[in-house]
Amino acid sequence: MTTVPARHDTPADTGAPGLPPGLDGPARAWLADALTEAARAAQAEADPGGTWQIRFAEAGRRCGPGHADAARVELLAAARPGVADLTALYRQGTAAERRAVLLALGRLEPAAAEGLALVEDALRTNDTSLVAAALGPYAAAHLPAHAWRHGVLKCLFTGVPVAAVAGLSARARGDGELGRMLRAYAAERTAAGRPVPHDLTRVLALTEEP
Amino acid sequence: MRIFDPHIHMTSRTTDDYEAMHAAGVRAVVEPSFWLGQPRTSPQSFTDYFDALLGWEPFRAAQYGIAHHCTLALNPKEANDPRCTPVLAELPRYLLKDQVVAVGEIGYDSMTPAEDAALEAQLQLAADHGLPALVHTPHRDKLQGLRRTVQMVRACALDPERVLLDHLNETTVREAKDSGAWLGFSVYPDTKMDEARMVEVLRAYGPEKVLVNSAADWGRSDPLKTAKVGEAMLRSGFGEDDVDLVLWRNPVAFYAQSGRLRLDTPAAGATFEGNSILRGTPGAPDVPAPVGS
Repeated sequence: MTTVPARHDTPADTGAPGLPPGLDGPARAWLADALTEAARAAQAEADPGGTWQIRFAEAGRRCGPGHADAARVELLAAARPGVADLTALYRQGTAAERRAVLLALGRLEPAAAEGLALVEDALRTNDTSLVAAALGPYAAAHLPAHAWRHGVLKCLFTGVPVAAVAGLSARARGDGELGRMLRAYAAERTAAGRPVPHDLTRVLALTEEP
Repeated sequence: MRIFDPHIHMTSRTTDDYEAMHAAGVRAVVEPSFWLGQPRTSPQSFTDYFDALLGWEPFRAAQYGIAHHCTLALNPKEANDPRCTPVLAELPRYLLKDQVVAVGEIGYDSMTPAEDAALEAQLQLAADHGLPALVHTPHRDKLQGLRRTVQMVRACALDPERVLLDHLNETTVREAKDSGAWLGFSVYPDTKMDEARMVEVLRAYGPEKVLVNSAADWGRSDPLKTAKVGEAMLRSGFGEDDVDLVLWRNPVAFYAQSGRLRLDTPAAGATFEGNSILRGTPGAPDVPAPVGS
């Protein structure tokens, strides 16, 4: 009975707060209900049934893969889970659920100790979608320099476009240590007879700006 | 051509790979414990994995006439996860096992203080257990990582003779060689080294103390890269003795320092704890004859 609604078969309704544009009718109705539940959970002292967390898990099949990230991020923003719940959602989550938690960090602004543990976990993976999601505005604001530089290098290694790195220009500008790491990597690529990624040149230029 | 692959993650490979490896001349492998792609969340998932490297995997290898040993450790990446680091307390009992020929892969991933601590502790564990150490050098900020690794090795109780620095390339080989350690090169389809570059490095630095591995795992990799390097060496004018030195005698000499290397493949039992690899079809795989027969 819970068949996945066909995509794009209903004219997209846009404009309601919290609802990502482009959702078809059934998905839109489902998400509106789920967001109400999530907002109720945010008001409650505790969320005994954790209903919104079930919605969080099933958002992919309900809203379709193209809208799953946005739907989950909205659910998180509505429920405003504490760091313990947020960490549990990440740790018990699929890659898509983990990605949503990472994407929501900038809006939830959890305490740096807990939030950065999730970012650092994601930066240890080789799943490029997690690496990209980890380097959002939250990382731009809180990730210490060493880990952030390694995150940027990891993008170059794994082919994540550096456009995914939030606040790249501001953080890279004048960063001599990042510049050194990039030049060493370019030398290694050249020694191996391999091309230097265009993104590397771009970030290197940023580090050389005053 | 007899081949010893000193670094390959066979748990991620199929029996077809074992068959092709045997056909290409592989008669011995060392499987370092490593990161599984999906992060672990507890020491118990390490111990189950270590048990597999000491149990089921040597059994599988033996079916194909290949001697299997392993190196055990907390890998550099997961050394950063406090849920995983308690496995360090479990390692001493594992490092006693007959088939463990080194502590590894240890080393640096992101060069964090947690990685410093795990590397230092595990170099000491190697010294305490009379084992050599297989040290992974990082993929990012590689030369800096090599330098920090060499400093750590110099400060530890282990003689550099008992250290294999792995995943080297053109930018790190000189300083690695100067350190007195053994030199490991991973040959990959796209990243790390390739066959032609490996031949150039061998020409420039000589075959002494050089080990070549496929580091084949769950990513794009090729368990036959060792054989392909041997062929590339022969085509480039190296003699068969040089090939045998790099692909057999060097890895044997390095891991034999453990005193635990056994290159006679134990006679393959039909089952391991009641399981066979035959999937219910007697004689289904084309099992090569055991080494020496």
